Amino acid sequence: MSKDKGWNEISLAGVCWKSSRTYLTGDWKTYHPERDLEKCTKCLICTLFCPDGAILWKPEKGDIEFDLNYCKGCGICANECPTKAIVMKL
Amino acid sequence: MKSVVKQEMMGMNGDEAVALAVKQSDVDVVAAYPITPQTIIVEKFSEYVANGEVNTEFVCTESEHSAMTACLAAAATGARTFTASASAGLALMHEMLFVTSGCRAPVVMAVANRALSAPLNIHGDHSDAIAQRDSGWIQIYAENAQEVYDSILQAFRIAEHLDVQLPVMIGLDGFTLSHTLEKIQVLADDDVREFVGTRQLPNVVTHDGKTVPYRLDAANPMTMGPVAMPNYYFEFKRQQEEAMKNASRVIQQVQEEYGKLTGRYYGDGLIEKYMIDDAEIAIICLGSTAGTVKTVVDELRLKGVKAGLLKIRSFRPFPAEEIAKALAKVKAIAVMDKSLSFGGNGGAVYHETRHALYDLSTHPFMVNYIYGLGGRDTSPSQISGIFEDLKNIVQTGRVDEKMRYVGLRE
Repeated sequence: MSKDKGWNEISLAGVCWKSSRTYLTGDWKTYHPERDLEKCTKCLICTLFCPDGAILWKPEKGDIEFDLNYCKGCGICANECPTKAIVMKL
Repeated sequence: MKSVVKQEMMGMNGDEAVALAVKQSDVDVVAAYPITPQTIIVEKFSEYVANGEVNTEFVCTESEHSAMTACLAAAATGARTFTASASAGLALMHEMLFVTSGCRAPVVMAVANRALSAPLNIHGDHSDAIAQRDSGWIQIYAENAQEVYDSILQAFRIAEHLDVQLPVMIGLDGFTLSHTLEKIQVLADDDVREFVGTRQLPNVVTHDGKTVPYRLDAANPMTMGPVAMPNYYFEFKRQQEEAMKNASRVIQQVQEEYGKLTGRYYGDGLIEKYMIDDAEIAIICLGSTAGTVKTVVDELRLKGVKAGLLKIRSFRPFPAEEIAKALAKVKAIAVMDKSLSFGGNGGAVYHETRHALYDLSTHPFMVNYIYGLGGRDTSPSQISGIFEDLKNIVQTGRVDEKMRYVGLRE
């Protein structure tokens, strides 16, 4: 608690004092996605369904990448994957 | 000393007095939904809008929940904002009342106090506003149409003060004040404009470290009232409590300034003492009943009875210290509640005044009278009866029943 600011130091009414970019919501997750590269067809359906925009298409690699800093572990990608290439692991 | 400004005597009811005060206060946005007995406020104000007498954006909403949401959003842009409601309408706003105070949006609302269902009842009591006492709103109760008018003008100053930034509710008793024609002194538009002034905005620090005025502005984007996790939520609530403490001071300052301008004082703004300094027995109440009690006190004083009245004007912030100081020498006190906290051994005004007096070494006798629920009339003879009870308590030194009812059929 000591590094956090006191009630007299923070702005009124919960105005955000730091950007959401510096707030890593990825540490909320319990399960994380893992991908079987042999099953994955790179159809990109998972990138469309991810509610956090945490599955990124990397053109230079010609592949997708999970951004675990923001993936909350909801498992929607695993559920939507047509080839069952994504599995949620503890 | 500067003499008071010239004022014009006009005849109007409490609701019309609210509408006129809002018109003169140069309000930017009014979002409201009509409900008895507040309807005349919205009706009258929409006439002003239709006639082009105001520059106000008037939003007809589909519910009171939406009305309060619209007011919050308007206030967040820096607009001066007003709404009015009552009873079920105020209850429907409940969720948004907390969001409004939590976002520190200085919305001003007139509440034409009315009973809550069931059974359905459109008449006056304080159940609606008392049920919202913990919503973070400042609550001021008026005694007559004049005080309603004056309180609305003061409300903008209190709500928008940089040390306060809290929404304010002005209570006027349904029908007794909302619909009853009275003579009131009305200020000139220019004098109101000068007194109320323009809305000031506090500064806040945003996520990118910039210090900017607290308002929604595309040039300086900010997020208001977002999620606060257990590590910060508590601190924001502590800020609201501090703002309420500041409001006590600001209410007194604004009353002082308004008194000098108009010649009208409602005590110190927080409480109004009537014949209390040498009183042995006293009544505490809110709102229009105070007028009836004053009449009875005058009659009793002629007979040599040392009776007095303490009218609580500001119920939030609750002036506990001022009340304790005012009543330190009184022997027996009757607290009148126009609402009932079921199972709570009395009404809210009783609970809080009793709490305020707990540390007094004199320990005056205190009894609670529940009265006027659902618009039941409260007559001077009933008030005399309460003073008679207090005299007996002082004589016998005994209180049988602490929670009593007046005007109820057994």
